Amino acid sequence: MANARFTVVGGGLAGLMTTIKLAEAGQHVDLLSIVPVKRSHSVCAQGGINGAVNTKGEGDHPDIHVRDTLRGGDFLAEQTSVKGMCYAAPGIIYMLDRMGVPFNRTPEGNLDFRRFGGTLHHRTAFAGATTGQQLLYALDEQVRRYEAEGLVTKYEYWEWLGMVRDEAGRCVGSVAMDLRTMEIRTFPAEAVMLATGGPGIIFGRSTNSVINTGTAAGRAYIEGAIYCNGEFIQVHPTSIPGEDKLRLMSESVRGEGGRVWVPKKKGDKRHPRDIPESERWYFLEERYPKYKNLVPRDVATREIFDVCRNLGMGIDGGDAVYLDVTHIPAEELDRKIKGVMEIYEKFVGDDPRVTPMKIFPGMHYSMGGLYVTFDPDPRTLTPADGSPKNQATTIPGLFAGGEADYSIHGANRLGANSLVSCIYAGTIGGPAMISYAKNNAKSAGAVSQKYFDDAKKYWTERFEQIRKMNGTENPYVIARELGDVMTENVTVVRYNDKLKATLNKIAEFRDRWHRINVLDTSNSNNRPLSFVNQLWNMLALAEVITKGALLRDECRGAHYKPDFKLPEPKTRDPNQDPEWMKLWRERNEKWAKLTMARFTENGPDITYEPIPTPVMEPEPRWYA
Amino acid sequence: MSTNDRFVHLKIWRQESPTQAGYFEEFKVPYKKGANVISCLMEIQRNPVNAQGQKTTPVNWDSNCLEEVCGSCAMNINGRVRMACSALIDKLEQPITLEPLKKFPVTRDLAVDRNRMFEDLKKVKAWIALDGTHNLGPGPRYSPKVQAERYVLSTCMTCGCCLEACPQYTRDNDFVGAFAISQVRLFNSHPTGAFNAADRNHALMGEGGIQDCGKAQNCVRVCPKEIPLTTSIMRMNRAVTVQTVKDLFMKDEGEEAGHSGPA
Ligand SMILES: Cc1cc2nc3c(=O)[nH]c(=O)nc-3n(C[C@H](O)[C@H](O)[C@H](O)COP(=O)(O)OP(=O)(O)OC[C@H]3O[C@@H](n4cnc5c(N)ncnc54)[C@H](O)[C@@H]3O)c2cc1C
Ligand code: SF4
Ligand code: SF4
Ligand code: FES
Repeated sequence: MANARFTVVGGGLAGLMTTIKLAEAGQHVDLLSIVPVKRSHSVCAQGGINGAVNTKGEGDHPDIHVRDTLRGGDFLAEQTSVKGMCYAAPGIIYMLDRMGVPFNRTPEGNLDFRRFGGTLHHRTAFAGATTGQQLLYALDEQVRRYEAEGLVTKYEYWEWLGMVRDEAGRCVGSVAMDLRTMEIRTFPAEAVMLATGGPGIIFGRSTNSVINTGTAAGRAYIEGAIYCNGEFIQVHPTSIPGEDKLRLMSESVRGEGGRVWVPKKKGDKRHPRDIPESERWYFLEERYPKYKNLVPRDVATREIFDVCRNLGMGIDGGDAVYLDVTHIPAEELDRKIKGVMEIYEKFVGDDPRVTPMKIFPGMHYSMGGLYVTFDPDPRTLTPADGSPKNQATTIPGLFAGGEADYSIHGANRLGANSLVSCIYAGTIGGPAMISYAKNNAKSAGAVSQKYFDDAKKYWTERFEQIRKMNGTENPYVIARELGDVMTENVTVVRYNDKLKATLNKIAEFRDRWHRINVLDTSNSNNRPLSFVNQLWNMLALAEVITKGALLRDECRGAHYKPDFKLPEPKTRDPNQDPEWMKLWRERNEKWAKLTMARFTENGPDITYEPIPTPVMEPEPRWYA
Repeated sequence: MSTNDRFVHLKIWRQESPTQAGYFEEFKVPYKKGANVISCLMEIQRNPVNAQGQKTTPVNWDSNCLEEVCGSCAMNINGRVRMACSALIDKLEQPITLEPLKKFPVTRDLAVDRNRMFEDLKKVKAWIALDGTHNLGPGPRYSPKVQAERYVLSTCMTCGCCLEACPQYTRDNDFVGAFAISQVRLFNSHPTGAFNAADRNHALMGEGGIQDCGKAQNCVRVCPKEIPLTTSIMRMNRAVTVQTVKDLFMKDEGEEAGHSGPA
């Protein structure tokens, strides 16, 4: 493997960690990213990173983290990678600490931990309320060190377009485009990691960054990789609606004691501070006395939705409820969640330390993603060290990790579990790529040049065609309309007739795509040119998400269909109601399965795959 | 169209490529409550027509997070350097003038090439020299007070506002600027980061180093993250002076210049 080169696409946490693992092993890495890696979406993460370090004497343990994660995900997660992640998590947090992340400290100088949703433990390490930024910088700095040593070559402002494959279908490299000169070239690689993040922009306005179109995962799917559990889309309960994006108010706000309420009197016009305690309805605390404001996200989101849309109890009868921290001393708020407080202040203009915030759910995260495999060690039931099967897609040589893969979060992600899952994916993904390359008889560099030339030719021609598009449709208008339809019909509450209508809409958008005007024909920083191609891939993923939702006639985690809801159990603990348990078991039998989408010219071909449950048997999920 | 429809009036710098000449183009986009500069630029993408009613190309700019944490969208707005995503229309005088940063080469329209900043982070070795990523247990303990100090420094998003405002930072010199000096303070103030403090101090000594700073304090006034840049510069100035003296002694004793902790 002399002079072997690997490609990592994406410089978020998952991509950077993969890069570090490869470089640490002496491998050469080409690191591609649409934006300078230091500006990747991971910087947006606010609240923190989970790991059962148990410094608070609460008896926390990785096994409890495993259980919370699997339950939180309603038993749709890949269990061995969950276990692997939860056991690796304390070590990951320590590593980040050693890299210099300014995690908040206890008086004794130890790492401090806060509470997050879906658990009863203080398990979330945090650096103010900009944890993602701090973690990303720490990894970015280590990668810069390897860059200075010549092991890593960054290609920033480069967009990955697709794979180069040999006759056996193996991925031997990539085609990418320089977004400044619009040059297209190939990157031969022993293995390629797609760590390209989530697809939030398919929903138009979301809490995601603007480049999160899911274009790379969409393209990999079109080229034959399986996309799994696409319909599981997390809508975060607390965001501030905006013209250009929905800005997240982190779960840490509730973790630090924030309370959600609406006035008891419908349409109460008083200023929130003038409404006395007795006339406020803390509906989450009332409905969930144990977890209170820290129920899992899907639950909180549906409750807020219910209060506003079904009961008409939202503030001023509209789509908003209060998120209140005014009872917490301002000094404490600044020490722990200043970053979030400032976002609200800056973008809304009110000081949340004095006036309760107005929030509403917003599209946030994709649990689904590219299907990847793991190779569990039978003794530990965690992914075996260095196995080439870990994080591997169904295409040999193509790996995926981070928000772009489907594995860890099942039907609903727990807060602060994503950052750790991204870093974990890199931790096992890098070594997997190296083993894969070692096991291969032939290096990608020895593969016939023909495959590279063909792939380059394909993309050059495709962009020549796009450049000639001079129709009447504006690609950004189509994207906005797509976002509106997806948000309306494919987020919190889903109905089959509306999902069908959405599929028709997507077909219409695709038709309109062919009549697009490219808006710009220049050869310098031509963003519309790149966006037109991305939009095509977004439509493909939108179809996967919507069709998956249409076919799945049940409620599970973030996927909620009132028409297929099980009746309420007669006892508070559903396990005590045998009749209900029977219904639940039947339901689980049928639907505790992975949604596997394969691309065909006529739309996604969807099949279901049973989920092995070596770590934990599924059980009803209840938080009351 | 009714007469009371409100518009946002923008004057935007257009420049097709680094080598071409630039000019201003005016736009009128429909006013929306809560709009910011970026949401207006997005509106232009959806309807690329200028104020004269002529078709034009969408404006090119850099942005990603839209919540002032990724550092992409720095530009000059009404002549003042700031982040575009947090520039609310309601708080700006119209017409709103948008110009690219002047201290960096324009790539197109409002987008510039800030690679020099990332290179300078290499120059000052802005990282901790880790033994490896394997599990070696927790990092060194340090106090909440040190954490609080380091945290603020660590929110620097490499936006370049401080450099744009700095009279000493020019396109043709090598000055690393306030942000890089502040990063040295960040890494030197970490208990293990301090092991390599001397290296970083040395990087601040030569040409382009800290003595290029004229103490004009423009940088601290424009930093969107309110990083105490002048304090960083002061502390590092002192550290560099101490380092110079130390280097002299070390030379006498024939030793390596080692642990020079944070000032
Ligand atoms: C507002 C917000 C707050 C959050 N808070 C938390 C939290 O507190 N805790 C938590 O655990 N999780 C949180 N999350 C979730 C978490 O931040 C993300 O899931 C995670 O950061 C994703 O990391 P990633 O490495 O997979 O991808 P990203 O960080 O999104 O990076 C993707 C990378 O891929 C590159 N890329 C994409 N497409 C291409 C292409 N075609 N060619 C080349 N490069 C490409 C991009 O340039 C980028 O570098 C939050 C999310 C949001 C939106
Ligand atoms: S103090 Fe003045 S000269 Fe020094 S870095 Fe800041 S702006 Fe530049
Ligand atoms: S110090 Fe402030 S102004 Fe300078 S790059 Fe960092 S965040 Fe931007
Ligand atoms: S878009 Fe990230 S700082 Fe403005």
